[in-house]
Amino acid sequence: MSFLTVLQGRLAALAVMAGLMLAGPAQAAGEPLVVYTARKYQLVEELFQEYGRERGIEVKSVTDDGAPLIQRLTAEGANSPADVFISVDAGDLWRATQAGLLQPVKSPMLEKAIPAHLRDPEGHWFGLAVRARTIAYSTARVKPSDLSTYAALGDARWKGKLCLRTGKAVYNQSLVAMFINDMGEEAAERMVRAWIGNLAAEPFSNDTLMLKAIAAGQCDVGITNSYYLGRLQHEQKDFPVQIFWADQAGKGTHVNISGGGVAKHAKNRTEAVRFLEWLASPAIQQRFAAVNFEFPANAGTDPLPEVKAWGPFKPNTVNVGLIGKTQPAAVMLIDRAGWR
Amino acid sequence: MKALTPRAGPTVAAVAVALPMLAVLAAIVHGAGGADPALWAHLTEHVLARVVANTAILVVGVVALAVALGTSLAWLTAACDFPGRGFFSWALYLPMAMPAYVLAFVAVATLDYAGAIPTALRAWFGADLAVPPIRSTAGVIAVLGFASYPYVYLMARGAFLTHGARVLEAAQSLGYGPWAGLVRVAIPLARPWLAGGAALVAMETLADFGAVSVFNYDTFTTAIYKAWYGLFSVETALALALLLLGFVAIALAAEQVARGRGRHTTADAGSRVPARLTLTGARGWIAFTFAGAVFACGFVLPGVALVRWALAVAPIDLDARYVSYILRTLSLAGMAAFACLALALVLGYANRLSSGVLPPLAARIATLGYAVPGTVLAVGVVTVLGGVDGAVRSLAGGEGLWLQGTVLALLLGYVARFLAVAYGPVQGGFARIRPALEDAARSLGLAPREILARLHLPLLGAGVGTALLLVFVDVMKEMPITLMTRPFGWDTLAVRVFEMTAEGEWQRASLPALAIVAAGLLPVALLTWRMERAARAA
Repeated sequence: MSFLTVLQGRLAALAVMAGLMLAGPAQAAGEPLVVYTARKYQLVEELFQEYGRERGIEVKSVTDDGAPLIQRLTAEGANSPADVFISVDAGDLWRATQAGLLQPVKSPMLEKAIPAHLRDPEGHWFGLAVRARTIAYSTARVKPSDLSTYAALGDARWKGKLCLRTGKAVYNQSLVAMFINDMGEEAAERMVRAWIGNLAAEPFSNDTLMLKAIAAGQCDVGITNSYYLGRLQHEQKDFPVQIFWADQAGKGTHVNISGGGVAKHAKNRTEAVRFLEWLASPAIQQRFAAVNFEFPANAGTDPLPEVKAWGPFKPNTVNVGLIGKTQPAAVMLIDRAGWR
Repeated sequence: MKALTPRAGPTVAAVAVALPMLAVLAAIVHGAGGADPALWAHLTEHVLARVVANTAILVVGVVALAVALGTSLAWLTAACDFPGRGFFSWALYLPMAMPAYVLAFVAVATLDYAGAIPTALRAWFGADLAVPPIRSTAGVIAVLGFASYPYVYLMARGAFLTHGARVLEAAQSLGYGPWAGLVRVAIPLARPWLAGGAALVAMETLADFGAVSVFNYDTFTTAIYKAWYGLFSVETALALALLLLGFVAIALAAEQVARGRGRHTTADAGSRVPARLTLTGARGWIAFTFAGAVFACGFVLPGVALVRWALAVAPIDLDARYVSYILRTLSLAGMAAFACLALALVLGYANRLSSGVLPPLAARIATLGYAVPGTVLAVGVVTVLGGVDGAVRSLAGGEGLWLQGTVLALLLGYVARFLAVAYGPVQGGFARIRPALEDAARSLGLAPREILARLHLPLLGAGVGTALLLVFVDVMKEMPITLMTRPFGWDTLAVRVFEMTAEGEWQRASLPALAIVAAGLLPVALLTWRMERAARAA
């Protein structure tokens, strides 16, 4: 496509737009729905297209990390084509809300389907899938009775036996943010420093590599998002690593969300709300979560059997939005503690 | 052009080429002004010292390795003869098609503790066997060095082939063997090209995020990402990027010194086909082993790993959409390559015509983008595009996005990022054309534009091909700018790699990664063929 073709396309689009403006307000139905999504293509595209077919509209999407998508929305301002923003981390949703990029939505359906701690009290965003960040252990060398809390991974018995993903990963930053909220900054920093003292190897760039290191015997325990283990167990039935639900006697296991909200300057607002409601409906929730071995946010929906097999657990029910507010403090704590 | 004096024309043209990058820089500087002092204090206390040291070690290590590999291999294949020379002379370009982040994840997945090779070694020699960890400073230097030596190889080989016969004659007349000839004669003569290759490697290393993050090796780039993604402060991230640019300015000044003074021009173009130094017996086989080892580590072994993984996921993931990804990738890379080449020619020619201070400065600014981490540059680019769209709306009325979300926006981003890659070879090519030729053309009454078309372009041949190829391959591998500014539906192979690796799905990423390598082989082969033909003709 040449520059001229692009220009011609633009001019044609302008002419059409001018025509539409003369003809009066356009009909909402039939207009495309535009989604900016940090939940990646392979996890969403099929559902997006299915929604488009059901509604007889085109669903257009771009993927990127949460932060660049927020920057793109900011630069596009009031003229942004985006109708829906989907993230894979509560912190990004909180930040998009702070930046004024999302608009509040009042939807009895969404409020009923999504538990209160997994959505913004003002309706800027709603959790759509839940991932637990908890302890993973080697079934060959560790008994579940050896394990209890996240903090206990700093005990002397795990010296040289703990593996962690990098502190640059947003999921670890969210985890630390939760601890700052729950136990205060000092106690949280003591805990993180104790973990770092127990490391068996330099932190890993992702959870999958870390889980494989546990399986291979480089270390015995680690902290992972549940779905990474779900994928590995799905690929290899006898994968020698298992989930342990941390902090069950305390405030509960840390959860984060992949969720979405309606863009501030959505051109197709009604459709955007309808889309979020569709994603939150039980049948779609099941699939939205299952494709990534996650837990549906809609409490009335079951996860995959292999996810259910990990057993029930008590999640920490502090609103996940608080994570975003505390995340910068968590990052600075991680830097101070030397969690690479 | 008539209204302008002969000096003003080139200056205006050079400054015009630098304008987009100048606007992006201004956006970065403006954004950096809003950096949070509290965050900055935290960074200086806990982060900066470490990442500056890490970054310096990495750049020095990678440049040293890339220059050592690139120069020695170029010398072996250009000036010597040994078993397999004909094959290696083109095969050693191939690792250029292998993105550094792909090499990184293949290396970590196969060589880390849990990887196939250490696991096999432990099974063989016992569980206590200590294998040196790949996730180390040495490991990341090795991966980036193997991924980037082709830049030096390309530049050095071009120089050695052009100088070939004369250098060898000079070296032989002085009684030097092949290695003494390389060190005492060929390298000093090739300094501008080696420095140009080393500068590309240094800038590429400074801007790398993909490979260092696989190794969890903290550099300036990872600190920038953390400030933006984790501390939620894009302004502080931009301030860090500015500081990085300060270091780049120092590095570029060093390069200027390394290039040496004086003009480097070739002697007569009609020199005979060089008589190669034949490495006989053991020496020949050592050369063969060395070249073979580099080719195996940089291309064959990672390629085999990629193919194995890709075959496993292809039944699920490979579908008709890949045709579209490949076509989009190739067309974007092609458009960007020609855009960068055109601007590089303008810049190079302006610098040749004018002796003022502005054209060189414009060239420096226009090519700075290569050292900026892609994501930072992308922030600058979308900010500028937003500003342009706002201005267009307020001038012309209407609403919507005029520039943002078009292919043109994406191309502007690529030009800002990759102009340096095209400019290096073009500038090197200009340097090799003797001023006397221009004087002659001018005395015949040819206008500057005619001189460019009829004298320079034909003589620039190899430089033009090199520029096109380097930009083409770089754009195919590019992620952050593509991700942030692409129009709907313009997903490329690199976008697909990103989406898989972002989810930790390394094996599934092998399919689009392999497609990048395969699609990159075609232009690499074309260039190789051209260069070899040029060498035979010389």
